[in-house]
Amino acid sequence: MILAFDALLALGLVWCAWRALSVRDLTHAVVQFVVFGLLLALAWARLAAPDIALAEAAIGAGLTGALLLDSLRASNAGAAPSPSGADIAVPTSNLAGAVRLAVWAAAVVVGAALLLAIATLPPPLIDLRAQVAGALGASGVSHAVTAVLLNFRGYDTLLEVVVLLLALLGLLACRGEHDPVATAADAPAEPLARALSRRATPVLTLTAVYVLWAGTTQPGGAFQAAALLAATAVLLHITRIVPAWERLGFARRLGAAAGVLLFLGIAAALLAEGALLRYPPAYAGSLILLIESGLTVSLALILAALFLCQTETQ
Amino acid sequence: MSTGLLYAAAGAMLFVLGATALILPLAPLRRVLGFNVMGSGAFLLLVGLAQRDGAADAVPQAMVLTGIVVSVAATALALAIIRRIAALERKAPADD
Repeated sequence: MILAFDALLALGLVWCAWRALSVRDLTHAVVQFVVFGLLLALAWARLAAPDIALAEAAIGAGLTGALLLDSLRASNAGAAPSPSGADIAVPTSNLAGAVRLAVWAAAVVVGAALLLAIATLPPPLIDLRAQVAGALGASGVSHAVTAVLLNFRGYDTLLEVVVLLLALLGLLACRGEHDPVATAADAPAEPLARALSRRATPVLTLTAVYVLWAGTTQPGGAFQAAALLAATAVLLHITRIVPAWERLGFARRLGAAAGVLLFLGIAAALLAEGALLRYPPAYAGSLILLIESGLTVSLALILAALFLCQTETQ
Repeated sequence: MSTGLLYAAAGAMLFVLGATALILPLAPLRRVLGFNVMGSGAFLLLVGLAQRDGAADAVPQAMVLTGIVVSVAATALALAIIRRIAALERKAPADD
């Protein structure tokens, strides 16, 4: 019975993805993609991965969806439909049609090979689960995913935040002087939406702090907390309470970099331990919470900036 | 067939679908969608295969958590580049 549900969900995922990639209207495609993200969050829950389900719903479906829709709005605001904003390119010649066919044929072959490889996979040679369970006691936290993220593989997380900072830098570099056509004269937001988002802000902020704190013992942590805070900022922005960030001032830049700086500082201070980001077990819990708090602030600022710096100034 | 294997198979199909959309000459925004679908497929494959015997595995889960955050950053950067290109294309005829 439950396997039938899984099969249905898996089919739904593939169907939604296919629709998002093939339906003619781009707005329709983006909405389909958001539905895909929500179904995916459900799939993560079925795979016993509540941390990923939370992140997928908030970031994968929510923030990415908001970014895509905003991008569509901006491209629709341009007077003439630009060539790059046009819909699916229809093959104009036989050559283009042949290329299309070849790509699809290659895709079918690769897909079949992947499925075959999955079906004939030998049993795993190493069991990381036992190692994680064995080291969990000394990690400073009792939730395995948080332990992996910030203790066992802390350098992954460190580099990830660096990647986010780089993406933000790239985004800021891309923002030239904006084309006046793209500056949509947006209608003022609905009073009801404004009032709702004002009232939701303290609740969302409180939830973010709770999720951060909960991360040490149960699903939750810096990523999910930051996603909630960034979503709050996006909500406040689209209801016209918070204006777009025309430029990132020194305080915001410092805030965005603070997580990495704190993380690097702790990594440098602990180099004497013999390995990168190996914490003394007595302080591990406090250090992880400290790093996570810094990361939450920085990630929230970066994720919010990815949206608020992107929208045209009004 | 276990739950993990089932979602791994779905992930493989999503990966191929997304990669195809990325290769084909489609609208830039469609390619960003394809890139995201491809990433989601890879994530499902990673966790699904690691959990094919049914028990949750924290290591691939943590890696995917990292991956989701990185892919939203990549999406935002891609959209910014698309906007910049569109703005420059709109401006180009006026300069002639």
